[in-house]
Amino acid sequence: MAEAEGGRLLEVRDLEVSFAQTTRSGPLGPRSGPLGPRRGPLGPRRGPLGPRRGTPALRGVDLELAGAEIRGLVGESGSGKTVTSTCIMGLLASPPGRIERGRIIFKGRDLLCLPAQEMRMLRGREIAMIFQEPSRYLNPSFKIGEQITEMLRLHLGMRRAEALHRAEELVEWVGLGGRRRVLHSYPHQLSGGMKQRAMIAMAISCNPSLLIADEPTTALDVTLQLQILKLILRLREALRMGILFISHDLGLVRAVADQVSVIYAGRIVESAPKQLLFNHPLHPYTRLLLLSIPAAARRGTRLRAIPGRVPDAEHIPPGCAFHPRCPLAEEVCRTQAPETLEREPAHSAACHLADKRWPD
Amino acid sequence: MDFATLMLRRLGRLLLTVALISTIIFFVIRVIPGDPALVIAGVDAKAEDVAAIRAKLGTDRPLASQYLGWMLSVARFDFGTSLITGQPVTRLIFERFSLTLVLAVLGILIAILLALPLGVLSAVKRWSFWDYLGMAFSQIGMAVPSFWLGIMLLLLLAVKVRLFPLFGAGSLRHLVLPAVSLGLAQAAVLLRLSRAAMIEELAKEYVVTARAKGLTERMVKYKHALKNALLPVITVAGIQLGYMLGGAIIIEQVFSLPGLGRLFLTGIYQRDFPLIQGGVMFVAIVFSLINFTVDLLYSVLNPKIRIG
Repeated sequence: MAEAEGGRLLEVRDLEVSFAQTTRSGPLGPRSGPLGPRRGPLGPRRGPLGPRRGTPALRGVDLELAGAEIRGLVGESGSGKTVTSTCIMGLLASPPGRIERGRIIFKGRDLLCLPAQEMRMLRGREIAMIFQEPSRYLNPSFKIGEQITEMLRLHLGMRRAEALHRAEELVEWVGLGGRRRVLHSYPHQLSGGMKQRAMIAMAISCNPSLLIADEPTTALDVTLQLQILKLILRLREALRMGILFISHDLGLVRAVADQVSVIYAGRIVESAPKQLLFNHPLHPYTRLLLLSIPAAARRGTRLRAIPGRVPDAEHIPPGCAFHPRCPLAEEVCRTQAPETLEREPAHSAACHLADKRWPD
Repeated sequence: MDFATLMLRRLGRLLLTVALISTIIFFVIRVIPGDPALVIAGVDAKAEDVAAIRAKLGTDRPLASQYLGWMLSVARFDFGTSLITGQPVTRLIFERFSLTLVLAVLGILIAILLALPLGVLSAVKRWSFWDYLGMAFSQIGMAVPSFWLGIMLLLLLAVKVRLFPLFGAGSLRHLVLPAVSLGLAQAAVLLRLSRAAMIEELAKEYVVTARAKGLTERMVKYKHALKNALLPVITVAGIQLGYMLGGAIIIEQVFSLPGLGRLFLTGIYQRDFPLIQGGVMFVAIVFSLINFTVDLLYSVLNPKIRIG
């Protein structure tokens, strides 16, 4: 699997995505209430918020990931984390989503140019994903065993018995061992932590080289979070997987990631190896994020919250998108979008004032 | 909970329901003003005639003894004899039931076979030709009364083109038109429901997982989403079947079919109290049985239900 070890496994370049209109829908397509869609087949096709053309969701995202490496992708909700992972999976609902430009190079092939059928065969086989709430992302009507083996049979062409045997090994590996009954259980019979383990077993079943973990611990208790993080670290150590670890929690990212990228309003604002980013942040947004993590060392001082909130896609400020919330902002920030520059080796930031001293 | 325990519990609930219903029926009939004996004897009957009829009906006994007798007869499935024909009510019901059963089963089969595929297709291909077709069919089907549809079918396929017999029973061919008019009306409701259920399931998160696993769109939709979408459809189809098993009075009238509905209707016209009592009881039991079956099907489809 990890042929690309050391080299680049995944490279996202200048990815721009827009949404054709503002409907009340996420990147994965429209949601409807329990009574079905809001609109009847003869009703208007526009969403309740009216028409808007091409609101940008991603405004040029760059990401790199080497084999057997964990890259943390950090940002507030609405900053474009999930849109990014959805694009990598090739699951962007289109319409309303549209990839305006950019490349997603996975093992030397541009995923955006792959035919749908080939992309589908890559999903689950080479690129797998785990999600925030395992209880919603597992199908309530199928046993865990079936949900794992169907992948093995589809992608690896295993027979039922062989797939079942492999599924047993997998649940053992993710720490559900000694509980062969797990395979014969329905999701609701398992606890939250067990469900996430089952989800991971499913994701790694075909031995993918890239795993996207979208807030994999957010819905879990703190004690369980730690166990799942350890499991994710083991995936990297033992199976040499490249992992894109998406989280809004810098503390978690600090615990697992090797490389960290910070995303703000659809753009990567800072990217660096973990130590560098945490010890010597360049972008004011990263600095403020770091100050908002509770830390024992700063006991007694006030936690800082970043004033304001992430702009929505329709109202991205001109110039640097962060300038209205930035304590350092100068005139140039209001008018000119900063370029992403490598300020130190392997450490890039998109800020006019990256070199400016931080006032205390 | 394992399946056997579940079944026993549901069975217990079924018996309890039937006992409750029979109690309610017993008291309701006695609370309603009007003495059955007086009704049977007529307004200007002699007092001793009325008393004789009361004795025959048992309505002169104390209430507790009457209740006990009624519950025992329910348990034995014996509802006495019809006041008009003098035949046992149970036999009258079963003579008519076979026709109603066939009609109802045919009706629900037509409804499901029509509604489920079209509803699912509408949901999968929203805003397409099939969706508009399905919705149009559903709107019309719900707006058109089934007796009108029955009459139109008769005019077209039995009078103009003599494909089917005009009325009566006796062969399956007699039941085609009534079953179609029953089925189309039910299909209209089922179609909407299966479309809505499928749309709802397709928007759920596990569908994203299924796609992320690289499953084919066919597996995502017709394996993962459909299995969950079937639940509400089965529930409603069960209720519809229950209603039809109680007799489709209007359709039976239109097609002159000797079904349960017409039997009960005549019973009501003629104040045939044992027949009415027995009929209500029978329908209640059939309904409980259907619910029981739907519950079991449900728990097979959705394991979560087994907890309750």
